[in-house]
Amino acid sequence: MSGERIKILTGNDLLTGDVTWWTGRGWSRHVAEASALGDDAAAIIATEEAARRVVSAYVIDATQDGASVRPAHIKDRVRALGPTVRLDLSLRAGDPDALIGLV
Amino acid sequence: MAETLIRLRDDAASTAPVVPLADLGAASNASAVRLMPGDDARALLPVLDQLDLIEVAFPAYTDGRGYSAARILREHGYAGELRAVGDVLVDQVSHYVRVGFDAFAPDQPMTREAVDQAIATWPAVYQRTVDGRPAIWALRHG
Amino acid sequence: MYLYDTHDQAMVDARVAEFTDQVSRRLAGTLSEEQFRPLRLKNGLYLQLHAYMLRVAIPYGTLDSRQMRMLGDIADRYDRGYGHFTTRQNIQYNWIKLEDAPAILADLASVGMHAIQTSGNCIRNTTADHFAGAAPDEVEDPRPYAELLRQWSTFHPEFDYLPRKFKVAIIGSETDRAAMKLHDIGIQVYKDAGGQTALRIHVGGGMGRTPMIAPVIRDNLPPLQMISYLEACLRVYNRHGRRDNKYKARIKILVHEIGADEYRRQVEEEFAHILTLGLEPPPAEFARIKAQFADPAFDPAAPDAIDRSDPDFALWVDQNVHAHKAPGYAIVTISLKPVGGIPGDASADQIRLMADIARDHGFDELRVTHAQNIVLPHVKKADLHAIWQRLDAAGLATANLDLIGDIIACPGLDYCSLANARSIPVAQKISERFAETGRQRDLGELKLKISGCINACGHHHAGHIGILGVDRKGVENYQLLLGGSEAADTSIGTITGPGFSEDGVVDAIERATNVYLDQRAQGERFLDTYRRIGMAPFKEAIYG
Repeated sequence: MSGERIKILTGNDLLTGDVTWWTGRGWSRHVAEASALGDDAAAIIATEEAARRVVSAYVIDATQDGASVRPAHIKDRVRALGPTVRLDLSLRAGDPDALIGLV
Repeated sequence: MAETLIRLRDDAASTAPVVPLADLGAASNASAVRLMPGDDARALLPVLDQLDLIEVAFPAYTDGRGYSAARILREHGYAGELRAVGDVLVDQVSHYVRVGFDAFAPDQPMTREAVDQAIATWPAVYQRTVDGRPAIWALRHG
Repeated sequence: MYLYDTHDQAMVDARVAEFTDQVSRRLAGTLSEEQFRPLRLKNGLYLQLHAYMLRVAIPYGTLDSRQMRMLGDIADRYDRGYGHFTTRQNIQYNWIKLEDAPAILADLASVGMHAIQTSGNCIRNTTADHFAGAAPDEVEDPRPYAELLRQWSTFHPEFDYLPRKFKVAIIGSETDRAAMKLHDIGIQVYKDAGGQTALRIHVGGGMGRTPMIAPVIRDNLPPLQMISYLEACLRVYNRHGRRDNKYKARIKILVHEIGADEYRRQVEEEFAHILTLGLEPPPAEFARIKAQFADPAFDPAAPDAIDRSDPDFALWVDQNVHAHKAPGYAIVTISLKPVGGIPGDASADQIRLMADIARDHGFDELRVTHAQNIVLPHVKKADLHAIWQRLDAAGLATANLDLIGDIIACPGLDYCSLANARSIPVAQKISERFAETGRQRDLGELKLKISGCINACGHHHAGHIGILGVDRKGVENYQLLLGGSEAADTSIGTITGPGFSEDGVVDAIERATNVYLDQRAQGERFLDTYRRIGMAPFKEAIYG
């Protein structure tokens, strides 16, 4: 797998439960907008959880390749997409290539 | 550690030193004892009459052995103070009371008002325990 | 059906008020997530992969059309138009917003339902035979006992923080349709030699990473000592169950480590004490509950004949309709396992349709099975064709009950944060591979069960064929098991050998079924052949 290995931050929106990714300034539902973390992850988690913008936040490994960010573990790739058996409910509804690269 | 003490009884709180169960030998005339989760509450049955205070420790709220300890002590007639100590949560207070606790020394701050509100959570109860409340089956059948 | 009285209703209403307050404290920041998590879990609200998930209790799998319709309406109103029926006779919604949870509980309470104790280390929803009150082989209806257990276990103050979760199942016939011996406590209602009703109590079964079949701890228990006896069973467990390792904390480990005899001795000692306390509900209460489970008004003139002239209908009757205790009536099982579908999922419209059919043709009653299907327990044989037509029009007439396509599968890595591998895509591929009805029927009864992790929500240990998804260095991998059963002949499956890819495990299953077809004796099911010839021929075909 080509690309640069980075660490990114993910969690769920407290109110909606939506999967969210830390962009460096806020949270996005799209993993492609996740930004590489520095060494301040713990501080971001503490601030954002205290502000009740996120719940269950944790740091994961990912690979950045151009505009795409690919979480290292399949669990987070499923989180980034949505249920693979209900692509109509995923973030890539209607995209025939949605499952490429998942496994 | 614990600074808050909320008592649901009118008598004066015991000022006697609280001894661990292991130190409550036959020679001791201690009147206050502390049970840890792994202690056998039934070891106190022969000396219940000499005790004014039994503290039941909850090092973590998730360890529910103290509920059984408290209820056993009440089932065997203990009438002194039964105090839940440690990681004692207001959202569990109605359950503590139902198994016989009548005092709380929580690690986290807790108000008497919150305790009273928690006790009032359930309009009725499904089980007969040691708190004197009639079970719903008793309300149904007089 | 049991209907709530004012006391029952007041309890669920109080629960809604309590949880509404807890959610508002969380949203206001006075409760941290750490403090809030156990409170939301006690109301069945999990944080899963994509959103919050709400697990709603369906006590002993029984509900009426009004309740079923509400389940459909909730799917539309607060979720994405569908729900997932689980292996514990409950329903789960996958896309819940925290802020909506109190309103959902209020809607549920309006029809006498709730999500109480559907998670957490407490006594969970009691499960029961889904044919209760309808099966011809029933000795006594287990539902009144299950209702006693529901009330007793609801907000039980002593058993709110057990070492681990606690699941009770109850049956009232010799045929075990509830996997009773694979529960923390399994209760069988039976008649003793003198014709008196008695209870047999099994303790210490379970699946998970250490599957065990529950030994009998007590025979011949008088029915009106059940609550006292279970108080004793639970107290011994609460005091002495292991708390040092969550994987050794279930009661099966305690019973296994100290031995069934020593556990029984401790329970009997506690039981003798508890009997002196007067904790048992009185006979009048049991009679009150029993009266609510009286038979519906069966029509004694209901005709027994079924017009089988439509071959598709006849096939469905042969596969999905069971004999009923009342002449002229039948038990219908609606398969939620269409070819290529998601086992246990139903759309809001399908849920409401099943409610309507129960109202129109089924004395208003439905059941959820642990195999993730829906039962209409009391329908006239004369109405079967009309029912089948309505089901067929909604994609609910798949004729595959107990066949290889009737797969039990947990949500797996598509939804569940504990999962290591996806379960549903494997189920879909298997059901597509064996889609042809004639082929399935030729294979006969074949219970296939898939779990996406070692917690075994998909009951893989108890499948004639079981599949366990594991994570092998970040790649989904599937172990295959043969020889499990959760019926009266309960057994634990054996792993065939090294695991497979998703496609590989489908191929392996096909090879295993070919061994069965080659070697079966007259009348043998897959499981019977496996038990007779053993693992070796299967292993050779699968790996050879």
